[in-house]
Amino acid sequence: MKKCLVTILVAGGVAFVASAAPQSFDFKDPKGVNNAVFKLDAPLEAINGSANGVSGTVEFDADKPAATKGKIVVASKSLTVGNTMMQEHMLSEGWLDVAKHPEISFALKELKDVKTEGTVTTATAVGTFALKGVEKEITAPVKLTYLKGKLADRSGGQMKGDLLVIRSTFTIKRADFNIKPGQAEDKVANDIELTLSIAGAAPQK
Amino acid sequence: MKRALQILAVVLAVATLSLWASKGANTGWTKNRVQVKTVDPITEIEQVEWQDKFLPGLDFLGGGLITAGAMFVGSLFIRKSNKQQQTQNS
Repeated sequence: MKKCLVTILVAGGVAFVASAAPQSFDFKDPKGVNNAVFKLDAPLEAINGSANGVSGTVEFDADKPAATKGKIVVASKSLTVGNTMMQEHMLSEGWLDVAKHPEISFALKELKDVKTEGTVTTATAVGTFALKGVEKEITAPVKLTYLKGKLADRSGGQMKGDLLVIRSTFTIKRADFNIKPGQAEDKVANDIELTLSIAGAAPQK
Repeated sequence: MKRALQILAVVLAVATLSLWASKGANTGWTKNRVQVKTVDPITEIEQVEWQDKFLPGLDFLGGGLITAGAMFVGSLFIRKSNKQQQTQNS
């Protein structure tokens, strides 16, 4: 009887830990939907573009969203604008130097001001933003939407699991990241508005 | 020669202006691809794809009009040089 009780308690404990454990969401999207949009609005020129080379993982627990951790990476060479010549210029050594700095990343340290309503969590993300070899701590408003069991819908029933959608819009200054600080600001704005819209998948094991 | 150059200048100016206006009167730089957005039905994320498309901008408009203007102004000098040549010959 005692042995049976211990077994039940242990099994229950394992089940509880398993259900409470954070899930690891992979943001490398095979559908290529994940993207980061960037906007620069200078007096003489507005530049709009996007990047779809998104990867990274986020540890998320629906019961403890404040404990979310993770890192999102964008491949620098996936940055695209509407003019081929402008793109070559943007990726070149003088500007983003993607040959030397192939990744742009955000490593989440903590979530502050966390509010959860249903499946949606809003918070302020504090983390390290790395661009062109310069790391800087920034804060950004984030919205996390937990879509339980929705991976099957997205994968056409091939995989079961959950999805986590992260959205964030924030502004950085190119001068802070050593991208020609103080130069050509009438054509290339110092403020870069970034909008991240990404979905990560946590397949059931 | 002079008349031909002037007609060519006017045609170039009109063609440049018409092409720029017909392609949406883009007030930015000339683009050779445009964003096409679709919404993923599950995540509601707006997917951004790039499609090859020529979209003339202000640089295209300016370049065309300046070239047309230069041709027209250049045509005015043809008469002068012809007259000078006639005077020298007589």
